[in-house]
This record gives sequence, C-alpha cells and structure tokens, in this order.
Amino acid sequence: MVHVFLIHTLRATKAEEGLCRVLYSCFFGTENSPNDPQPHGAERDRLLRKEQILAVARQVESMCQLQQQACGRPAVDLQPQSSDDPVRLHESPCGAFRLTAGDPFQEPRTVVWLGVLSLGFALVLNAHENLLLAEGTLRLLARLLLEHLRLLVPTANLLLRADCIEGILARFLPHGQLLFLNDQFVQGLEKEFSAAWTR
Amino acid sequence: MSQGCEADSGHRAGAALVTFRTPDPGGVRDAQEHVLLWGLQGDQQQVRSLGQRVLKVLESRQPEGPSLRHLLPVVSKVTSLAPDALHEEQTRALSKRLGDWLRYASVQQGVAHSSGGFFSTPRARQLGPVTEVDGAVATDFFTVLSTGQRFTEDQWLNVQAFSMLRAWLLDSEPGGSGAPDADDKSELEGSTRSVLSATSTASHLLPPQEWLREKAFEYCQRLLEQSNRRALRKADSDLQKAVSARRAGGRAGARSLAQLPLSGLLGSPQCLVEAVLVLDVLCRQDPSFLYRTLSCLKALHTRLRGDPAWVRALLPVAQFFLHHGEAAAVDADAVYQHLFSRIPAEHFHSPMLAFEFVQFCRDSLPLFGRNLGVLRTSFPNLFKFLAWNSPPLTSDFVALLPSLVDAGTAVEMLHLLLDLPCLTAALDLQLRWAPLLTASALSPPLLAPGRSCSLPSRASLCTSSPPPDGSPGAQPVFHSAVQPPRPFRVSLQLLAGSGHRDVTVTSTLVSPWPVGTVRAGAESSFGWPGPEPTSEPSLGSLSAHRSLQAASERPPWDVSIRAPGCLEAFRDSQAQGLFQHLLRAQASGTVERLTPLYRLLQPLAGCARVVQCAEAVPTLLRAFFSAVTQIADGALASQLALLLLERSDSLYQVPGYEAGVHRVLSSQFPALCKLHPPLVVEHAKELLEFVGGPRSGGHVLTSVVWAIGEYLSVSWDRRCTVEQINNFFEALEALLFEVTQSRPSTTLPKCPPQVITVLMTTLTKLASRSQDLIPRVSLLLSKMRSLAQSPATGSMPGEEDAGAVRTRATELLNLLKMPSVAQFVFTPSVEVSEPRYHRDTNTALPLVLRTVSRLVEREAGLLPG
Repeated sequence: MVHVFLIHTLRATKAEEGLCRVLYSCFFGTENSPNDPQPHGAERDRLLRKEQILAVARQVESMCQLQQQACGRPAVDLQPQSSDDPVRLHESPCGAFRLTAGDPFQEPRTVVWLGVLSLGFALVLNAHENLLLAEGTLRLLARLLLEHLRLLVPTANLLLRADCIEGILARFLPHGQLLFLNDQFVQGLEKEFSAAWTR
Repeated sequence: MSQGCEADSGHRAGAALVTFRTPDPGGVRDAQEHVLLWGLQGDQQQVRSLGQRVLKVLESRQPEGPSLRHLLPVVSKVTSLAPDALHEEQTRALSKRLGDWLRYASVQQGVAHSSGGFFSTPRARQLGPVTEVDGAVATDFFTVLSTGQRFTEDQWLNVQAFSMLRAWLLDSEPGGSGAPDADDKSELEGSTRSVLSATSTASHLLPPQEWLREKAFEYCQRLLEQSNRRALRKADSDLQKAVSARRAGGRAGARSLAQLPLSGLLGSPQCLVEAVLVLDVLCRQDPSFLYRTLSCLKALHTRLRGDPAWVRALLPVAQFFLHHGEAAAVDADAVYQHLFSRIPAEHFHSPMLAFEFVQFCRDSLPLFGRNLGVLRTSFPNLFKFLAWNSPPLTSDFVALLPSLVDAGTAVEMLHLLLDLPCLTAALDLQLRWAPLLTASALSPPLLAPGRSCSLPSRASLCTSSPPPDGSPGAQPVFHSAVQPPRPFRVSLQLLAGSGHRDVTVTSTLVSPWPVGTVRAGAESSFGWPGPEPTSEPSLGSLSAHRSLQAASERPPWDVSIRAPGCLEAFRDSQAQGLFQHLLRAQASGTVERLTPLYRLLQPLAGCARVVQCAEAVPTLLRAFFSAVTQIADGALASQLALLLLERSDSLYQVPGYEAGVHRVLSSQFPALCKLHPPLVVEHAKELLEFVGGPRSGGHVLTSVVWAIGEYLSVSWDRRCTVEQINNFFEALEALLFEVTQSRPSTTLPKCPPQVITVLMTTLTKLASRSQDLIPRVSLLLSKMRSLAQSPATGSMPGEEDAGAVRTRATELLNLLKMPSVAQFVFTPSVEVSEPRYHRDTNTALPLVLRTVSRLVEREAGLLPG
C-alpha cells in the first residue's frame, strides 16, 4: 500500500540551491495517532503533512544528488540536452531508503524514488511492500506523467494540472493500491484514461 | 510553486471527492459513487462507516458489475486503516468472492467494441482465449500474467484481487481475540483438511477464509508455473521484443518515450516475488500448505540462482526458508550460503537490491537462530553493499551492526570498517576492469596448479570487442538477462579442471565499455582461486558485470576518473593477494596489512563514492564500538585497543577521512581502557612505542596519554611497577619537550594546547604515584608556566591557549605542594565513584575538593598578570 506519492524538483538552479520544491503530493489516507486521543484541527494536520512531504523530498533530493556524484555524473546531466532527446527512464537514477518510525511518519516507511532530469518522483510505502512492484509502478507513473503532461516541455505547468495527475493516479495507483498490471492491462488503462481525459 | 503544494495538500486534506469513472458499452460515463476517503482525519469511526457503505455497494451488485474493480482498492484501504471495519460475516463473504475472482476469471478475452466506422452500428467481436506470456493459448485459469488484447471485468477483478491478496490475508486473519472459534476449528480439522483441500471437488465445502487460501495457493502455484514457462522458452523474449517494436512503431511521433522498455510485467520478477510472499503468508497461517509448497520452492530456488535477472526474487525465497525451514525440517543452509556468498559480491552495485538485501537481513534477524553464524561470517560480503551504497545504507547498518558483531570476528570487522573506503575503491576497480581483469586473472601465474589456458592477450580481447555499429539508439535491456542484440562473440575454450568452459565476451551496442558475459556450466570460477570454496571466486568474475548489464546501461562508476595505474596495480602479483583478501566473501580469521594497496589505490581516493563512504565510516565505527563494548572481555578489549593504536596512522588517504576516524578512535580508546584497565600495564611496551613513535594527529595521542595517566597505577593493576612509571614519565617528558620546544620547521602545525595540558597532567599524575619524580615535574611545570607567559618565543599556540596552559601548570604545581593530597586527587580509589562519596558532606571527598579548590584559587589569585 502506498502512503504518499509526490513529485518535486531536483537540483534547483544555483540561485535556489537548497530549496527543494514539492510540486505535487497525494496522501492516500492519514496516519492514525494512538497517542493523540484528541483529533487535531484540519489545518494542523495539513501543515504536518506538508512538513512530512518536504522532509521526504529533501532526502530524496540529497540521495539522488549523492548517487549522481558517486557515478560521476555532473548536475548538467539532469537537464535535457534538447527537447528531442529521448528520456532514458531506465537510466534515470533510482533508489530506496528507509524512514525510521517517527521521522517523519509515525510508522516506519520505505521510500522508492526516481529522478528524471530535474524532477523527482517518489513513493512512500508501508514497510513490507513488494519493492519490485513499487519500483515498476513508479517508473510506469513517471512515464505516463511525462508523456501525458509533457512535463519536460518548457511551457508545461505541472501545478495547473493536478486533475490530470489525479486521473492517472486513480487508474494506475487506485487509493494507493499497487497493481500487478501486465503490458496489455497498462495499455487498456491508458486508453481508458485518454478517452476520459480528451472527452 | 510551494503554494501549489499547499493548495494541493489542502485539497487532499479536505473532503476530496473521488469520482469513479466506469466504462460501459456505450462509452465512458461517470458513475455515481462518490466516496469520501481523504477527509478522514484519522477518524476510525468514519473509516468503518465508509467500509460499510462500500460493502453495501459491493454486495448489491452482481459479480460482473462494471464498477466493482474500482471499489476493491477502497476496501483494501479501509481494512488497512481500520482492521475491524468489516464484520466477520462480511469478511467471510468477501474472502469467498476474492477466491472466486482469483480462480474463476474468464479465460476468454474481452469483447472488442469496434465502432465500425461512421455508418455502421457498433458491433462486438470475440477475440478468443487469453494467452500465456509466451503467446501460447492459456492452458489453465486466468492470472495477472495472462495476456490478451482486451480484458473482461472479471479479469480486471482478478488483477485487483491478486494485488490486494497478501494484505487481505494478513488483515483478515482472525486475530487472537477476534475469532477464537475459527482457530480451534482449524486445529481440529488440520489433518482432514489437508486431504480435503487436495481434492478440488471438496474444496467448495471449505469455510470462506480457507477457501480463499486454497485458491490463493493454486493461483501462486500457477504463477510459479507461468514464470517458469517464460524462463524455459525463448519465444517469450521474442514476444517482448515484438511488443516493444509495436509500441515504438505506433507512437513514433510522440517523443522517444515510446522506446522505453516494457512497463508491464513481462520479464519482470514482480509477480514471482509476490507469489512467494503470499505462499509464505499462507504457510504461516496454515502449516498444512507447507509440504505442498516446499518442493516447488526448492525447485524455484535452483532455477533462480542461475539467473541474475531474477536475483531479487531470491530474497523472498530465502525468507520463506527462514520462516519455515525448521518446521519443515529442511536444511536450508545451501540457500543462505548462496545468498550470502554470491549475491553481494556480484550485485553490490545495484542500489535497489542492496537496499532490499540489507532490509532482509535486518528484518530477518530474529529468525536466523542457529543460522546467525552464516550472517555473521558473511560480513565482508555485506560490507560490499555498504561500501558501494553508503548514503542510503548507513543507518540500516548502524541498526544491523550489534547483531553482526561477534567476539570472534570483532577484530577483523574493525579492520574492514577502517578499510571501507579502500574497499569502495577496490570494488570500483573490479567493476571497471572486470573483463580485462578476467583476461589478466587467467594469466598463468594466477591459475591454480594444474590449470592451463589458451587465451588471446588482453589487448586482443579489448580490440576484438568494439561495438559492431556505433548507433547510440540501441534497445535497452530492462530487468532482463536477455542477450544484447547482435552480440559480438569471442568464444574461448578454456581448459579448466575437468571440463571446457565457454567464455563469451559480448558488447552491447551502446556500451562504451566491454561487457562480459559468462556462460559456464559450472558456477563461474574464473580468475583467482579463492581460499574458500564459497567465497567470491574471483576479482575478475564477470558475473558482477553480467548483472550490471542486466540492470543498467550506464556504468555506475565515475568515468571521468581514469586511473590506468590502478589496473597495473591490480595485476601486480604482490597486490593480488591483498585485493583478494580485501574482496573476500567471508570472514577469514586473518588480518592482512593493506598498506601497499592504499598507495596503489590512491588515484581513486578522490572519487565521490569513496569520499561518501569515508564520511560514513565514523558513524559506523561508533555503532561498532557501542556494540562491541557490550560483549568484549578483557582480552578482546586489549586487542581492540592495540588495533586502534596501530591503525591510527595506517589509513587509506581520503580527504578528511583520517581526522574523522581519529575523533572516534580517540573517544573509544579510554572507553576500552575503562572496560579493561589492566591493559595499560599489560601493553606498556606498545604504548611506550606509540608515544615515542612518529605521530600524525593529536586526538588519539591525547586520549592515549590521558589513559596512561589514569590507569598506570597499582590500584588498577598490581603488576604496575615503579620502573614502568619512571619509563613512561621519561617518555612523556621527552614528548612534552618535543611538542613545546623543538619544532623543526615553522611550517609544521603548532601543537594543540589539549595535548600539552594532558601531557602535563599525566606527568603530574605519574609523579604523584612515584614521589621521587615530584621535583622533576615541578621544575618542568614551572618551565612550562614561564614558557606560556612568553608565547611568542616558543612554539606555544596563541595567547588564549597559552593562558590555558599557564593556568593548568599553576594548578598542578599547587597540588604537588601537598603530595598526599595530590595522590588522593590524581589517583582516587575506585570507591570514590560510588554515590555516597558525593552525597555525604562528612565523607572525605567533598572536604578534600573544597580544600583543594581553595588552595588552587588562592594561588591562582596571586598569579602575576
């Protein structure tokens, strides 16, 4: 079960170094806190979630950066050479790390991330998920999002297209459920999505 | 931009409505279900009521209802949020239906609705039966691996049901308090059920929960069979290629994203992993499945271990044997041996596998039991993951170390931890030049006696494998060990031992580096004959490279760093033994001095990966010491203390590494002495050598000098003699003179004041124990005081530091004026640390402390300036 899906910036420009921006996030359900008998206000919960997401995004950014450095790939590598260049999703840096209980989520979680050019995609998972499936799903989502939202075209505005992202998530990650989709199922869902979206 | 996030989060946190769009024959229309899910705010009551509503919808529909598949994930979510959301009756009913969906989905493809053009009416066309992954007509029931062009609703439900199966089995399991009757029944019926369930005719009589387990079991068996089918037949890889080509052709215009590898499950072990995990759950919940599962999992393991593309599926298999090996009386040693000896050595460069492997070790710790020894002796192999992927794995290893540390291997482990950056560099070298090294490793001096080979020279191997065509747009290989297209092949006959082996050096079209593939009937054992049969057989083993090829097209090392000298080093006969030791798979029980390697690997010390690893080592060392001090006896503590001294100036030279390590070592040396105080007396000779020898950093020296002052005393060890004290005094006196007054060159850094003050204090302590030395130390201290008053002339540090030295010298001088008080203050008896000495104002200690501080303050007040 996926707890959170998020998209954030990787390696902001020099002027904004250290600023990691969350572009999109989606919580699939909330964490119950047995220690807090009193339900908190929605605003407090919202801020808490925002902090949690940002904490994850920052960690993903630094993990990605460290991995790129270790492989000797410069930061420039994250920028598309030209808009016609193929996006080599299978070559994109990806990895996983563990979040211990209480930091920032109450339960221990696993984060699977994928860095595509200047965007980071991440899934925050329950501790004992099928990581292979999660990795495959993340790549699939990244491909769909890049393709349908044309994220890498300079004029693309991801922030204004949350409904499209939700349309994709609702089909390929319904309520945070990782699905075993073979290629034909993926195509079926893509058609369904395209039909619903272009209508 | 951050507002976007905020706005979005706000949207999510509020009462977001999820709309289900369901397809129907007439097109796509929005269904009416609006489910309030995200506004839950953790309110269990709301989750339950939501669960009830969804269940009602589910129950009210026919099994073929068009939108059921959208509701199943909601049910899954609800049960994960509130396990008690569904009544027992509902759980049973749903279990029954899940079983049906899993097992009895249609094996005919869905109906294709072609509009038939502008004029004709829509017409339906049956597409025939679904097919297996290899294109053959399905031989058995539908699974997530069955393919077709269109799918029916129950096939979608099949996919949904399998996706949520494991979580459902775990969540819906009757808990201890939930339904005790179910447990009792299962125990009673245990023996008969296994007979019953073997016959499918009787299985519909089973209670729903067991029905579901039975169907889940059949489903997993079928998945195993299907994945086996794929591995056996070549046709499927062709299918894979065909699908890729079709997709690429179909969307030629739409960026080259279309050239991405298959996103679906073909050729991916995801399903296999899940099937094994589900089988594991089933066997845990109902041991009667065990005997039916074991044989196929053994066969599966045998099949998987030979194929690097499926390596990640080996972890759940091993986990299964960990859970059930004992119950089934299976000796799973071979499974663990293979897991720990080969996988880390060959796949250390895969970040995901490394993470999963370490997670597996961490999560399975309580289960290892008598097999913990295998895990412990495999630490050199496990550290390869750490050395290569230190940023994400450091915290996991910090958690893992207490279980890995064992009195028998602690010394070896500490050596390896200190050599971790060097290991990173060696692994880098191994990956870079694996194909070349194979050639070199096969050169006659390295072959075991009795082996001979006829190989082309390294040069010919290199030159004979350029990419046959330079086109950069090669088809990527993704999650698969499929041979690269059009391999360029050099077949070599290698007479090794009993049989011939076939070495194939292939090159993918894009790779700038030669990729080697080993096709050897036996487990590859080229290269250096290892000392243990289970150890990673060679540095130059191509299998690491082969798995690399399967995982990624880009090299995981820094291509900008070129270190041709290192390759030569790798082939140097003296260094080979050391490399072999460093890259060993298991604890060898021996320790090698790797100093020659540090020099050879120096060109790689600047690699970012090596530096990252070096940054992680201090944290790991702290974790190691906090674990080892729990188990160390006196002998081990002495051994470790000596090791600290020895290694403090014998480290791989990575920028900033030595300073970081010294900080940890200096804090750990006193801790080890405290653990076993007599070690100072026992190893007086080594300590004297250390303080008299060449030194690099001040940290370790400070702590060693402090420990000498603290523990070189009769009260800690009766064997301490006056002669020993005098010897140390002389050595330290010389050292103090050296650091303060004789600085051979002004370019050398000034001695830190901590070293000077600790030296003075230690000398005073020693003098208080051998009172003949008091006049000598008094003279020395007054000299130090006067030296500190005119810092410009000597090698004394700045004014502030000189002030500290001056104050300390004055205090010590004052104390020495009353030798008996000095002795009490400097060598307190062990009981002094007991609480009563500090609570009771009438006992001697507070009294003495007051007296002393009065004395010290008074004298300090009289100081000039």
